[in-house]
Amino acid sequence: MNEMDRLRWSCRRGLLELDLVLQKFIKEDYPLLDGKQKETFSRLLGLPDNDLLDLAMGRADTTDEAFGELVQLMRK
Amino acid sequence: MSYPIRKFDAVIVGAGGAGLRAALQLSEAGCKVAVLSKVFPTRSHTVAAQGGVGAALANMGEDSWHWHMYDTVKGSDWLGDQDAIEFMCREAPKSVIELEHFGMPFDRNDNGSVYQRPFGGHMQNFGAGPPSQRSCCAADRTGHAMLHTLYQRNVRSNTHFFVEWMALDLIRDESGQAIGVTAMEMETGEVVIFHSKAVLFATGGAGRVYASSTNAFINTGDGLGIVSRAGIPLEDMEFWQFHPTGVSGAGVLITEGVRGEGGYLLNKDGERFMERYAPNAKDLASRDVVARAMATEIKDGRGCGDESDHVLLKLDHLGEDLIESKLPGIREIAKKFANVDPVKDPIPVVPTCHYMMGGIPTNYRGEVVAPNGDDKEAIVPGLFAAGECACASVHGANRLGTNSLTDLLVFGKSSGNSTVEFLKQNVTHKDLPRDAGELTRERLERLNNQTNGESVAEVGAALRQTMQKNCGVFRFPDLLVNGVAEIQEVEQRVMRTEIGDKSKVFNTARIEALELDNLIEVAMASLVSAEARKESRGAHDRADYAERDDQNWLKHSLWFKEENRLDYKPVHMDPLTAETIEPKVRTY
Repeated sequence: MNEMDRLRWSCRRGLLELDLVLQKFIKEDYPLLDGKQKETFSRLLGLPDNDLLDLAMGRADTTDEAFGELVQLMRK
Repeated sequence: MSYPIRKFDAVIVGAGGAGLRAALQLSEAGCKVAVLSKVFPTRSHTVAAQGGVGAALANMGEDSWHWHMYDTVKGSDWLGDQDAIEFMCREAPKSVIELEHFGMPFDRNDNGSVYQRPFGGHMQNFGAGPPSQRSCCAADRTGHAMLHTLYQRNVRSNTHFFVEWMALDLIRDESGQAIGVTAMEMETGEVVIFHSKAVLFATGGAGRVYASSTNAFINTGDGLGIVSRAGIPLEDMEFWQFHPTGVSGAGVLITEGVRGEGGYLLNKDGERFMERYAPNAKDLASRDVVARAMATEIKDGRGCGDESDHVLLKLDHLGEDLIESKLPGIREIAKKFANVDPVKDPIPVVPTCHYMMGGIPTNYRGEVVAPNGDDKEAIVPGLFAAGECACASVHGANRLGTNSLTDLLVFGKSSGNSTVEFLKQNVTHKDLPRDAGELTRERLERLNNQTNGESVAEVGAALRQTMQKNCGVFRFPDLLVNGVAEIQEVEQRVMRTEIGDKSKVFNTARIEALELDNLIEVAMASLVSAEARKESRGAHDRADYAERDDQNWLKHSLWFKEENRLDYKPVHMDPLTAETIEPKVRTY
């Protein structure tokens, strides 16, 4: 529970759009990820707000394959 | 059992643009400064600022801080303090150049000078025109670049950051001097007393009091809640800037370009209602006319959806090709945040809160001021504030675009300088009062021991809906009166919130309950101040008092939590060196 809380707090960002995207992701997609994908998600959260939002909105692409998989889920 | 104590010269609450700029002044002056932030500094809401920093550098043509000052006073609908506005506009070019020297990657002209873009409301020749290009930017990431630049500079200066710490209450001694705060480390749930010689708030806005807001979730007005619990009033809280079209329920903005390209608004009857309010301009009428019409439709029961709380923005008739080519990104935003494809279906929209003009009352030096006896603006020793949480007041009744970043740079620095000066005069820590931390302990114990209480999420939703419905972009007397009564009921519920998870470690439920304690103070201040102000001025737009009333209302509101009462103080009409800009009708 606390790990989940920590992650949920890491999804509090400076941009409203990102708050909304990540809130939805945590609720709907995160529980279905495997262990490795969950680690990748934690790494993805380390990106600057604008870069992460650009990925989620399809305004930019990533060359990191592991990121790509999660980004596709965020874009759906 | 008392809380553990950590000692610093100064503690700054908030690490957005204003907090970082203030911290830099202190660290570079050799002071030991702690900066507390709920999130990592570069994830502060300043990151959302795209427009730029307004500063009369005159890199693109003739410009003058006097003209910038005129535009700001006019924008404020004459409620801004002219000494503070002069100070901001005069200091702005220096602040920008200083930031450039810190390494801020501003866009450039061919000759190497900082590029400046045009922005609404900025003119040459004291409002006469032509438009002035005054906004200094870093592509559309000005706020992001500013945060990174200032954060790096602070790291270099050894500022102590406490990341994922939430400040809870202010500690004042018997004389009223601010001598520290209590704060909770989220990781452990432990509360610590930060014992300092000075306290500076830079906690940003509180737009989360509205159901529809462009503000990030962290914008819960923590600094405002903290000072109001400590007996300090909040100034001009009735003034909130709105954007007419945010996605209903989400708050994400839909650019006005959609209406420019031929999109139009519909009520629940499918009527293009702007034809009634503005027969010629229709949906292209000015922002305030459109927002007023939307609010009137919703109030009169012609809103859409189960709650009749929004209208629809139709653009499917424009065709997929035009939407894709002329309105890039809109389709994505609508799909993602409104769950509609605008090529087929209209987007639910509602006037959406964007910026808080009011806040913690300060002078232009960033010193917090509050009434004391006959003095309406007595300095609260040891207490400072800057940025959106502060009310200097430079934005008055309405903020001019680009002045939010100007505000946080100029007043971040000036409040930092004032704090440094204060520390020179106050070299020792004053003793903590015997009951230091007691208010925090009571609040936390109440929350932990509450049974048969209220859900934080439900009470939070009630608070936001009360504000949205009764204290929105266009204000009706019956709704304002109703809103004051409703928010008092919400306040009773806030005092009974209960959390299911009582664990100490990273308990976000507890954090959200504590944030709600701050939001309620902001909401109460806003509704009470708005109900009382019987005029329309800037962003405070009343259906029953359509005109500005300088004879009775050219004054700042001060709301006190204690007794839920209001006081007023005069607007500073005398600039520092320039001539007074006399009130006149504000037209654009």
